[in-house]
Amino acid sequence: MSTLQVSVYRYNPETDSAPYMQEFQVDTKGRDLMVLDVLHLTKEQDSSMAYRRSCREGVCGSDGMNMNGKNGLACITPLSEVVKNNKLVLRPLPGLPVIRDLVVDMGIFYKQYERIQPYLQNDTPAPAIERLQSPEDRDKLDGLYECILCACCSTSCPSFWWNPDKFVGPAGLLQSYRFLADSRDEATSERLAELEDPFSVFRCRGIMNCVAVCPKGLNPTRAIGKIREMLLANAT
Amino acid sequence: MSNMRSLSFDAIIIGGGGSGLRAALELAKSGKKTAVLSKVFPTRSHTVSAQGGITCAIASADPNDDWRWHMYDTVKGGDYIADQDAAEYMCSEGPKAVFELEHMGLPFSRFDNGRIYQRPFGGQSKNFGEGGQAARTCAAADRTGHALLHTLYQNNLKNNTTFLNEWYAVDLVKNANGDVVGCIALDIETGEVVHVKSKATVLATGGAGRIYASTTNALINTGDGIGMALRAGFPMQDMEMWQFHPTGIYGAGTLVTEGCRGEGGYLVNKDGERFMERYAPNAKDLAGRDVVARSMVMEILEGRGCGDKADHVFLKLDHLGEEVLGKRLPGIVELSKTFAHVDPAKEPIPVVPTCHYMMGGIPTNVHGQAVMQDADGNDQIVNGLFACGEAACVSVHGANRLGGNSLLDLVVFGRAAGMFIEGALNEGIDYLEATDSDVDAAMKRMSRWNESNGGESVPDLKAELQDIMQNAFGVFRQEDNMQEGVKKLAELRERIANAHLGDKSNAFNTARVEALELDNLMEVAEATAISALERKESRGAHSRYDYPDRDDVNWLKHSLYFPAEKVLGKRDVNFTPKTVDTFEPKVRTY
Ligand SMILES: Cc1cc2nc3c(=O)[nH]c(=O)nc-3n(C[C@H](O)[C@H](O)[C@H](O)COP(=O)(O)OP(=O)(O)OC[C@H]3O[C@@H](n4cnc5c(N)ncnc54)[C@H](O)[C@@H]3O)c2cc1C
Ligand code: SF4
Ligand code: SF4
Ligand code: FES
Repeated sequence: MSTLQVSVYRYNPETDSAPYMQEFQVDTKGRDLMVLDVLHLTKEQDSSMAYRRSCREGVCGSDGMNMNGKNGLACITPLSEVVKNNKLVLRPLPGLPVIRDLVVDMGIFYKQYERIQPYLQNDTPAPAIERLQSPEDRDKLDGLYECILCACCSTSCPSFWWNPDKFVGPAGLLQSYRFLADSRDEATSERLAELEDPFSVFRCRGIMNCVAVCPKGLNPTRAIGKIREMLLANAT
Repeated sequence: MSNMRSLSFDAIIIGGGGSGLRAALELAKSGKKTAVLSKVFPTRSHTVSAQGGITCAIASADPNDDWRWHMYDTVKGGDYIADQDAAEYMCSEGPKAVFELEHMGLPFSRFDNGRIYQRPFGGQSKNFGEGGQAARTCAAADRTGHALLHTLYQNNLKNNTTFLNEWYAVDLVKNANGDVVGCIALDIETGEVVHVKSKATVLATGGAGRIYASTTNALINTGDGIGMALRAGFPMQDMEMWQFHPTGIYGAGTLVTEGCRGEGGYLVNKDGERFMERYAPNAKDLAGRDVVARSMVMEILEGRGCGDKADHVFLKLDHLGEEVLGKRLPGIVELSKTFAHVDPAKEPIPVVPTCHYMMGGIPTNVHGQAVMQDADGNDQIVNGLFACGEAACVSVHGANRLGGNSLLDLVVFGRAAGMFIEGALNEGIDYLEATDSDVDAAMKRMSRWNESNGGESVPDLKAELQDIMQNAFGVFRQEDNMQEGVKKLAELRERIANAHLGDKSNAFNTARVEALELDNLMEVAEATAISALERKESRGAHSRYDYPDRDDVNWLKHSLYFPAEKVLGKRDVNFTPKTVDTFEPKVRTY
């Protein structure tokens, strides 16, 4: 049996008054395709289907979506990992406005990223060569810098759903900690001052949805814990 | 088209990859009114996929390293048609550009002394080929492109660069004098078409690997900048020169970096033999990419390939141990598990030469200014048009690029273009405004698709194009095959001109974008095919069964493809670097 039942969320603001699910029968020829390959096959049946994609290898973060109830990247999710009872249901990332079909408006997600000042700050004049950093200090950035801004985490986080304008969310906080943890960054106290209100960090309830879905295996909850520790240490 | 909205900038940069963002940073800092226009959010650009590193003589692994050795390797690697003034500029300015990246925050891996980690890559030597293998590729684990692209994006945020994200540049707008004065762009989210006016237009649109059926390139690498420039009538340089990377994952096309071999991995055939020892006794698995790719194909053709179909070879990494793999090649471990279903700590990875990089492109000088040829064959600057990155051919890569030299090319020449444009704007640029009919000319193609009603579908035509290129213009080429390929492409062009866009809606219409991309694939494919057919020699990545030798008498030249007549001309290679002696062409062995 190689015909897969695929159900895709469709919405075109120009023609549809409300979103609906469209059903496709996709012949997988028995292969364990990636979900993105299946999307290409549905688009061959209906060219009006819209979704984002670029690298097709899990490094650009374009194709975060909800597959059978779980957020992830379509291009590195094999059918064997998500399909149940021969059925695949594809929806846009939850909690963000839908532009069309599986394409969401990432504006608020990017805004929270920008808010944490995601760039190295160091006003000491740079040497003629690189700034030195020990391998041990560099190791502290592992598990942080690899984020691909796919938004799988933040859009699975209940705290972000309720307060997307005030709670930075797991992705932004992971990046905030990436700079706090960098031995070359000099803006630690300014960064912390920006985060000490009751919402930015403290809305995290430790539910760990973010960790469960991150396709890069990163751990925003741990990073958030570290920021909390720094904030509390700062306060005393 | 007078009802079309227009925007005006001092400079626009089409492309938010490494080269575009580096150019933009320079201009944003200068306070010029600049915008980056990108069909994807910038960090989704193909640069994010770069793995192994950025090659540069920063004298970290070897305190005595010298940029002149790097230049020698680059010129030799390019089989002597790299421009020596450009290679000199890149290799000597390189360290400055790499240190800048570090200062901006790029999380490079480190040696114990705190300096940037460098690994060996193919074609690298000390002391002008006399001192053995060098380790010159600066790396952030095997995610260097990701680290580089995110760092540049972050620093553009810091400097308040204007971004037009998910905007698709359709075609260049030229004024009555032939100067480039902006472009037509589509705001993908809304479907609005906008006339973007600019005194300087930079094409930083990246590569076009999607002309082949099997490629390491992202789905968005459709050569849009090349297509736009060709349609505007500008010539393309060295388009026959396509790099096939030795280690694309068999079946999937995804890349595993040359850094795998740099860290000690090697290729084996079905007998478990390390065959590169036969083809390149000194450099072995770290010979130039063209050399390794050809050797692999020879092994397969002679029946020593692996697997049921004997159509690939194995890359062996297990002897490196889990720790080295986890520390130096973590992304490769992930990719192999996902796309080859093997854990490289236990089993070898099945690999096959896969289309990877376009050495050719828009000819430019070291300032990024696009050049064309006047009637007497002399270089002539194209007013208003610039190019950098993979879309440009400056040319530092000649007939074969060395690993890690593209990322360096992006930042060195992105920066150079930015600096030059800033200077030119300060002196004042004043071109004639485009008229309504100039704008209409640039709108023609888009209107054609919008008015199409019936005809063949875009995905089918694209698949045909990719098969033609794969079959006739691969690692080894020959006359009759290529003749046939050129003929098929000519027919395909007719069919594409009558193809159908079924979905005419406005909001985030990806079918329209894919249709517009198909035209560009067509332009790049045809330029490649005709250039390959006409260069009657073998050099670097261009290998012909019927002309197996390098012909320095006739072809120590760039090729220049002219789109209007579809003919191939020649352009002189620069052999006059400013501060070092010329590297004279020698027989290329590894
Ligand atoms: C898998 C892989 C690994 C690699 N690893 C290395 C490595 O380790 N070291 C190395 O030196 N090189 C490496 N390379 C090569 C290198 O990554 C690329 O050559 C380089 O990143 C290209 O950068 P770019 O800035 O020219 O273009 P890209 O990064 O491809 O960016 C192109 C930009 O142009 C935009 N664009 C394109 N068309 C349009 C349009 N019509 N309208 C609007 N915007 C448009 C895109 O949105 C994108 O922002 C690798 C390549 C691959 C495929
Ligand atoms: S752990 Fe915190 S950030 Fe992560 S999903 Fe839960 S509430 Fe959100
Ligand atoms: S932390 Fe993980 S899930 Fe969240 S944006 Fe980054 S890569 Fe995506
Ligand atoms: S397409 Fe790039 S992450 Fe899936």
